[in-house]
Amino acid sequence: MSAALTTPPAAPAVPKVELRGVRKSFGSTEVLRGVDLDVAAGEVTVVLGPSGSGKSTLLRTINHLEKVDGGSVSVDGTLVGYRRSGNKLYELREREILRRRTRIGFVFQNFHLFPHLTVLENITEAPVSALRRPRREAEEAARKLLDRVGLADKETAYPKQLSGGQQQRVAIARALALEPGLLLFDEPTSALDPELVGEVLDVIRDLADGGTTMIVVTHEIGFAREVADTVVFMDEGRIVERGTPAEVLDNPVHERTRAFLSKVL
Amino acid sequence: MTLTSDPPVGKTGERPETGAGPGADELTVVAVRRPWRWAAVAATAVVLVQFGHGLVTNPGWEWDVFAQYFASEAILRAVWVTLQLTFHGTVLGFALGVVLAFMRLSASPFLRAVAFGYVWAFRSIPLIVQLLFWFNLAYLYGELSIGIPFGPGFFSFDTVGLVGAMSAAVLGLALHQAAYAAEIVRGGVLSVDGGQLEAAAALGIPRLRRLRRIVLPQAMRSILPNAANEIVSLFKGTSIVSVMAIGELFYQVQVVYGRTGRVVPLLMVATVWYVLLTTALSVVQHYVERHYAKGSTR
Ligand SMILES: Nc1ncnc2c1ncn2[C@@H]1O[C@H](COP(=O)(O)OP(=O)(O)O)[C@@H](O)[C@H]1O
Ligand SMILES: [Mg+2]
Repeated sequence: MSAALTTPPAAPAVPKVELRGVRKSFGSTEVLRGVDLDVAAGEVTVVLGPSGSGKSTLLRTINHLEKVDGGSVSVDGTLVGYRRSGNKLYELREREILRRRTRIGFVFQNFHLFPHLTVLENITEAPVSALRRPRREAEEAARKLLDRVGLADKETAYPKQLSGGQQQRVAIARALALEPGLLLFDEPTSALDPELVGEVLDVIRDLADGGTTMIVVTHEIGFAREVADTVVFMDEGRIVERGTPAEVLDNPVHERTRAFLSKVL
Repeated sequence: MTLTSDPPVGKTGERPETGAGPGADELTVVAVRRPWRWAAVAATAVVLVQFGHGLVTNPGWEWDVFAQYFASEAILRAVWVTLQLTFHGTVLGFALGVVLAFMRLSASPFLRAVAFGYVWAFRSIPLIVQLLFWFNLAYLYGELSIGIPFGPGFFSFDTVGLVGAMSAAVLGLALHQAAYAAEIVRGGVLSVDGGQLEAAAALGIPRLRRLRRIVLPQAMRSILPNAANEIVSLFKGTSIVSVMAIGELFYQVQVVYGRTGRVVPLLMVATVWYVLLTTALSVVQHYVERHYAKGSTR
């Protein structure tokens, strides 16, 4: 396990991720209506919520794929996408945003592997072009990652030659290749056939056990119960409930949480 | 009254055989007879044979004259000029086309409008009209200068020297081609799933690299067939610059038959060259497309 993926021994006071009053609208629809969220280093936070409640949008604001309209997002105590000077927020230059993004891994629901590149090229592309690692070194690291997600024999395959579960494991290896301190998963198993869900969750569980900080949007309640340190329930652009898995999943306080859980359980 | 017919009533006790009944391994498949298809094949074959027979035996084709000129030095030189016009027109046209395509896809309304205006204008003006304009540029602007608009100029060119007939032709072809290339490239880029750009951005891959390494190779799959069409039509379209008395293939052929009066065999010389070179291009297209199809099949 590389150093970047382990928790520093003395947990700093600053949370790994800190959202304060985050707002976001698309046209006239307000998708995020003031979200506050803290994620401590080394912690696994699972985000639950009905479709359209703003879970994906929330994740996307954390690596600035989506600009916020109000509030602030910080990772490692640094604002995402902006530089603060006095009372003003200056939008960062593209290059600076990209540099910060390399410290955050993002895994998409539909994998979004690059179809014209082999598995190995998919994984080495970002380390080579964004971090300027020598290709040889990046390939060696990529092979280790493939081994870790159980796909050591697939390095020359193209994404379309793999099953959905294998593609998603490659996508996870691709995100890990940047040695990010934070991993964001947006419904990583929702596009998979039921029998393939397990193999992907196993990989994510391993990463959690290794102490990687992550935020996972998922509908897999069993996984949330087992792996999450914190479970967050979102509805209509707000976090309505937050607590340990036992609190949120077994004794939900909020009516809407109960209604949602009764549907997915 | 009903449009569906009742099932045929068979003799009592006689049922149509269904599935693999007893003796299934003795069953043979009998294809439906298609007599009209055979009639059509026969008729087409007769016409083809007659045409081939005419090509060989009709003295009007004058194959000896064809043979005499097909690989003559003047014709070969003209073929070379045609190839040069095509090559430069394609390279410059697509280079400008790529720039225009990304201008139209940019976030700046100004750049989008300029690119749109360009495509609109150059698709509207007939190529031949545009070529004649460039050819007569010297008449419009005796001297071109680069500098601040309405201010002092830094460099100046004599247009007569700058825009010779050949450059005017290349310029005209390229500017015309750029308008079409821009749309083809834009269409190709739009055909790439937005998730690809997003994934690349999430990985921190720099913008230009994202285009070159992620978007364009995928866009190539839909760009290539259209681009090949454009190159073929540009290649044949070069014959239009014969109006500017440039010694390309079609012009040269006209010169020869003007002198000798042997119109048909010389038109055949041009035709066969155009067909041969278009075929060569199609072969190249096949391999290039195969290269960009990497990873597209299971
Ligand atoms: N780019 C966008 N443009 C317009 N509306 C969007 C966009 N992205 C998301 N939305 C809308 O925002 C709402 C929340 O979307 P999302 O964050 O994807 O929800 P979830 O992931 O919880 O299903 C939905 O109503 C969706 O239609
Ligand atoms: Mg979503």
